Amino acid sequence: MAMDPMILLYALIGVTLGTAVGVLPGIGPALTVALLLPVTYGLDPAGSLIMFAGIYYGGMYGGSTTSILLNTPGESASIVTALEGNKMARAGRGGPALATAAIGSFVAGLIATLALAFLAPHIVKLALIFGPREYFALMVLAFVTVSAAFGDSAIKGLTSLFVGLFLALVGIDQLTGQARLAFGVPEMLDGVEVTTLAVALFAIGEALFVAGQGAMGADKIEAVKGSVWMTRADWARSWKPWLRGTAIGFPIGAMPAGGAEIGTLLSYAAEKRLAKNPEEFGHGAIEGVAGPEAANNASAAGTLVPLLTLGLPTSATAAILLAGFQQFGLQPGPLLFVTSPQLVWGLIASLLIANVMLLVLNLPMIRLWVKLLTIPKPWLYAGILTFATLGTIGMNPSPVELAMLLVFGLMGFAMRLYGYPIAPVVVGLILGPMAESQLRRALSISQGDWTTLVSTPVSAGILFAAALALVVPMILRLRGRGEVLSRLAADED
Amino acid sequence: MKHTLLGAALAAVLAIPAFANDYMIMAPASPGGGWDSTARSMQEVMVAEGIAGSVQVQNVPGAGGTVGLAQFASTASGDPSQLIVGGYVMVGAILTNESPVSLADVTPIARLTGEAVAIAVSASSPIQTINELVDAMKADPGAVSWAGGSAGGVDHITVGLLAKAAGIDPTKINYVAFSGGGEALAAILGNQVTVGISGVGEFLPQVEAGTMRILAVSTAEKWAGTDAPTLMESGYDVNVQNWRMVAAAPGLTDEQKAAVTADIDKLVNSAGWKSLLETKGWANTYLSGADFDKQLAVEIEATTAVLKDIGLVK
Repeated sequence: MAMDPMILLYALIGVTLGTAVGVLPGIGPALTVALLLPVTYGLDPAGSLIMFAGIYYGGMYGGSTTSILLNTPGESASIVTALEGNKMARAGRGGPALATAAIGSFVAGLIATLALAFLAPHIVKLALIFGPREYFALMVLAFVTVSAAFGDSAIKGLTSLFVGLFLALVGIDQLTGQARLAFGVPEMLDGVEVTTLAVALFAIGEALFVAGQGAMGADKIEAVKGSVWMTRADWARSWKPWLRGTAIGFPIGAMPAGGAEIGTLLSYAAEKRLAKNPEEFGHGAIEGVAGPEAANNASAAGTLVPLLTLGLPTSATAAILLAGFQQFGLQPGPLLFVTSPQLVWGLIASLLIANVMLLVLNLPMIRLWVKLLTIPKPWLYAGILTFATLGTIGMNPSPVELAMLLVFGLMGFAMRLYGYPIAPVVVGLILGPMAESQLRRALSISQGDWTTLVSTPVSAGILFAAALALVVPMILRLRGRGEVLSRLAADED
Repeated sequence: MKHTLLGAALAAVLAIPAFANDYMIMAPASPGGGWDSTARSMQEVMVAEGIAGSVQVQNVPGAGGTVGLAQFASTASGDPSQLIVGGYVMVGAILTNESPVSLADVTPIARLTGEAVAIAVSASSPIQTINELVDAMKADPGAVSWAGGSAGGVDHITVGLLAKAAGIDPTKINYVAFSGGGEALAAILGNQVTVGISGVGEFLPQVEAGTMRILAVSTAEKWAGTDAPTLMESGYDVNVQNWRMVAAAPGLTDEQKAAVTADIDKLVNSAGWKSLLETKGWANTYLSGADFDKQLAVEIEATTAVLKDIGLVK
């Protein structure tokens, strides 16, 4: 069925649309699928579902392009990509950055789709073991590893992280329904949108900073330095992060409360820790693009695991896909593999084909994309400002949202001016609410008994790993020589 | 099934849009939720049945629909082509969020659909009946953890009402709010919580697959698709039905309001809407005009009382 030319056409339309909406900030895959649902009304169900899945994969994939080239993440799962990717792009290595993102997404999509086909029933059993206390342990692990991965000054990094955690408090408290720090503004009841904050801090803050330095700014953007393609060294440094990113992203994506962001953050932290030259991180390390991009696409396939096996939609896009299934009278869930095996296997086969198409479609585009960087600076940054603003309005048409974009943009400018790292703010905003609500859920279920946090082997194991991640580097530093000790001293100030 | 779809598609092609109105429907939620799918279902059927020439859906998510409602009330005023979807959860959210804008600031048109709330446990749970569950709550309310949707929503209210009806202090219930149905379902299936509460449609596929058991439904009568008893039958005086409605802009003339109501009337009586309700598992609880206004006032009053009882509104 999957080789039917019409099906291939649907897959092609899906991935093309998906890449386009991924590139445009503000229009996500969820909205695109929702818009297309009525259009696909009279179409064959298999074809339309395959198109939707293509949009989903394509969206995950297209988001990296604007992250790398314009420092403007189109969706929250590609925020981490901007960290190293944009640094690479400014150093004239935009081509290899885009290529490692594209090939990494392909490799991850391929492996994860195969895992979806053969391991879904087993993975989903593991995912169900994860309750609030296990998720909380996972968040602790993410906090410990990720905050160690950012910045050279611990005090500045932690300050940024706490700004993020503070912003995370804004909005309705999930567990009690009470408003916090919203000051009666209805738009603030829902808290600070992660993509608004990221776009403001990364893109607006930077545009202001560049403008502040004048046109003669210090860091000149070189469009292309060396090859547009990946060198042998790039390949050697990329393949392991691709595989590790897949191994991290897929299972976390499959967890009902996992999501794509955690996987990308953990992958980034892992790559920094394992890299041969960790000092390159923050200045354009290709591993920091390869790993998170693979994790991001693997988690997209992971999300399909609970959707197909349990009928649980764990992301907005998955919820729309579920609606799409229901529109055709199909009920995803434990029985889908039994009642419609042809459709499930057709979907999986088409995902593989969509994945190949994405690569074929996107690799030749890289040469075109990097030309964007040759646009003169004032025009480029004016374009970025327009793009970022339009994206924010597109996502949530409200003046308050725009005001937030500007205020956080100014904050990003100030943070750059005084040398505070920006990424930890976003990390705090992503992880803070998750950690808080999972901890409170766990304690509510156990009626306030804190030992519940270590009462299962899984949660205890993850917390132990987090403790190790915190303590081991300290011991290593204590044993190290003067140079390392001086860094430790600097960290303790 | 396939024929109705084809028929609807054909109807869409053949419809003469010359005298039809255009509509913009606001779904005050993200794509994928109940309001969003209500708005998109309306869009689908209104276009397919030729009730409207073109229909657009706009998502304005946030704060139980109150963000969208506030925006709608201020920007749509006097425009008969704009509609907003809402329901039970919005009534609760207006109260808990102390929203400055309420349903009195728009023109409620009709109640469209209804769905029972179901109380369910995983198949491996030792609890077999709703009475066993309530007995466990009576022994120690905190020991029974409930997984459900957002705090103050219809799930939470139903638990509060059940506790009250069983003579348990509603402020003592251990309600664990989850965002999104998927996460709550996973917590129930994984035995992370004692019991789950959600729209019956979310549980039915799991029941069919033998992974979950519905203990009771919240409506006055049994719900199609499950033979679980109602709470009334089990001896608890609780009757809750989640409902969704549509409202028009504020400041409409009586003629404009009548025209919108006539279009909604056509929508609800169309074959396309009926087959769609069946697919979605929604009940047709259509109520419009003065009857709906009366019912809405009753609902708002009852919800305020419950939210006070369970300590969410002071």
